[in-house]
Amino acid sequence: MTRHTTRVWLGAGTLLVTGSLALTACGSGFDDSGGGSEESADGALTVLIGSSGEAETTAVEEAVAAWSEDSGVDAQVQVANDLPQQLSQGFAAGSPPDLFYLAPEALAGYAENGSIQAYGDELANKDDFYPSLVENFTLDGEFYCAPKDFSTLALIINTDLWAEAGLTDADIPTDWDSLATAAQRLTGDGQVGLAFGAEYQRLGAFMAQAGGGLLVDGQAAANSPENVEALSYVQTHLNDGSFAFAADIGAGWGGEAFGTGAAAMVIEGNWITGTLANDYPDVNYTVAELPQGPAGKGTLQFTNCWGMAADSADQESALALVEYLTGTDQQLTFSEAFGPMPSIESAAGTWTDENPELAAFLAGAEYAQFPPTIAGAADVISDFNAQLESLATGDPQTILDSVQSNLEAIVE
Amino acid sequence: MTAVSTPSRRAGSSGLRRGEAAAGWIFTLPVLIILGVFLLIPVLMALWVSFSDWNGRGSPFAGDVGFVGGENYAAITTGGGLAERDFGIALRNNAWYVLLVVPLQTALSLFLAVLVNRAVLRGRGFFRTAFYFPSVTSTVAITVLWLFLFSTSGAINQVLSWIGINGPNWFNEPSGVVHNLLGVFGVTSGPEALTQGTFLGVSWWDWLAGPSVAMSAFVLMAVFTTSGTFMLLFIAALQNLSGDVDEAAMVDGANGWQRFWRVTLPQLKPTLFTVLTLGLIGCWQVFDQIYTGTQGGPGKTTLTPAYLSYNSAFISQEWGQGAAIAFVLFVIIVVFTILQRFLLRDRPVSRRRARQYEVRPAARKGTAR
Repeated sequence: MTRHTTRVWLGAGTLLVTGSLALTACGSGFDDSGGGSEESADGALTVLIGSSGEAETTAVEEAVAAWSEDSGVDAQVQVANDLPQQLSQGFAAGSPPDLFYLAPEALAGYAENGSIQAYGDELANKDDFYPSLVENFTLDGEFYCAPKDFSTLALIINTDLWAEAGLTDADIPTDWDSLATAAQRLTGDGQVGLAFGAEYQRLGAFMAQAGGGLLVDGQAAANSPENVEALSYVQTHLNDGSFAFAADIGAGWGGEAFGTGAAAMVIEGNWITGTLANDYPDVNYTVAELPQGPAGKGTLQFTNCWGMAADSADQESALALVEYLTGTDQQLTFSEAFGPMPSIESAAGTWTDENPELAAFLAGAEYAQFPPTIAGAADVISDFNAQLESLATGDPQTILDSVQSNLEAIVE
Repeated sequence: MTAVSTPSRRAGSSGLRRGEAAAGWIFTLPVLIILGVFLLIPVLMALWVSFSDWNGRGSPFAGDVGFVGGENYAAITTGGGLAERDFGIALRNNAWYVLLVVPLQTALSLFLAVLVNRAVLRGRGFFRTAFYFPSVTSTVAITVLWLFLFSTSGAINQVLSWIGINGPNWFNEPSGVVHNLLGVFGVTSGPEALTQGTFLGVSWWDWLAGPSVAMSAFVLMAVFTTSGTFMLLFIAALQNLSGDVDEAAMVDGANGWQRFWRVTLPQLKPTLFTVLTLGLIGCWQVFDQIYTGTQGGPGKTTLTPAYLSYNSAFISQEWGQGAAIAFVLFVIIVVFTILQRFLLRDRPVSRRRARQYEVRPAARKGTAR
């Protein structure tokens, strides 16, 4: 029996010693937050991007290489497979990339724990950005990071199906009633009039047109009568068959539904143009602004910014690189390469001249709302989306009430 | 067996010399260190994170990280907010998954093992390989395959259409299977008693919803991919069984069915325990399929605790809650394993059962049972 105890103690001792050894090793590794930065103290900047594909990767790589040549500062572009995860790992290990794509919904979380640097006010071209985009990346009065580009939602119309249904340019929907009428006439024969994803990121446009929104003046307003009206409108037409969620007609998203002809109109953003050009080159389409609702025009904008790590060793160079990447010429080049709209007003004229058929997207910048960016909002929106999937049979008021209580819990 | 071996081992160990014990420790040291560094310490670190307000930046042991007690655990179990409801939904989904996958895969793998173990079967090797094949393919590849097979216009729905069934939109259908079944009988909303009461933010009626149609597709996938592995375990066990016992049963006049249930299966009990335990652990940890396939959708009905843990930590930056979910999951797995060990323990033959085996010479003379 004594032997047995000795052995147990010996075992426990070994584990403890090993444990504490390893712990100290880990501890020093972690505390040494300069570890990663020292690495980049030689001047090489790392830029982590979540790329949409080959075109975007090449464009960013070329731009960064050109800047390196000019400034003499080394910079490397890395493409993330899973951007949020790789960013989180970088921050936890104390060796984050210097610059990275940052989604507005992730901004609050990283700002709260001090991972990112608020550099917006130091930008030389700060006043050139669209005010709504600046607001999108402003938290507690601080402009955190430079919007790299943006997209808005618009109505994409299949012109062949449109003509087939006997509709003309004069019928292009301008309000909810004419949208419903057009959708009705385009519905039939295995095709729906209007399709969009079952998510707030699309239906939010209707809420904006009705004069609602999830947050109004910083207060939770999800179950406002305006929002109920918007969802009820969508629900009515989901049930009469002229509107449909993309998933319900066997498509992964609106672009696929539109490309395959399952839907004659879709609500999508600029990114759809790339898909249509590459995968469905035979589909003819036109882009119109979203129709007005009871409260006027409304759409949603989507954007990312160039996040800068607080631990970045060479923030001055990083800032210079951001200014270069968000400059007029560079943004126009990006736009040509992979589609999104420049985030600065000085590029608007040239962009519209080059893309007259896409002007409706840019027009949306005037009145676009954006999804809430406060901490925890992403979870609330994903819960909202989960409930929207069964909007056809659900009760808009009940759905919005639950969103309201979830929102109230995170609004302070 | 244990009763016999214990004293003999003790007798052996007392003969061990001191130097040999030290040598033993030195030989096991590499493994102890590896396990410690890569398993024990990360687990302890995660345990600390689950009790801290670490926010994902720098070291969790830095000075500014505070101890918050059970706050993270409270948020996911009694918080009353979204975190609690998500956790409830994830547990609900996974519980149904376990409830269906574990028995189905065990039964199927045992069935397959018995089939390919038969000496008369031609091409046994081929069938063994064929059944085992899904297990060696990566989950990600199979998930992608599944997404195609079960799409609205996919192969499964085509086949169903031949027999006049209009297949569902599998991976986009959030409705629960049990609810759908009840709907056939005209029951579309639960009784007051079930819809009012809630557990972990999910009403009892929703707990009973059953797996969603989307989750059912994952259930089928799990059964398809894991049965092969467990079939191998059962084959190994079956080949270890001595033919004598079976023959003796045959001599006693037991038919094939009786021999399987009364003779073969009881002898497979240790393997059955292994298969059930591995199945249970694997099912509670389901992650890859969800991550690559549905990311928790449609309607959060394929959200599982493992995926939720990842999501809370990496996406929502709620590292404490993510770690807390992981530990609750750990406790669930341990409890289930212990429970199963208890249920499958070797029981002494009950008196009623023993009476059946008593030889009563006078009455039984000459009659075969």
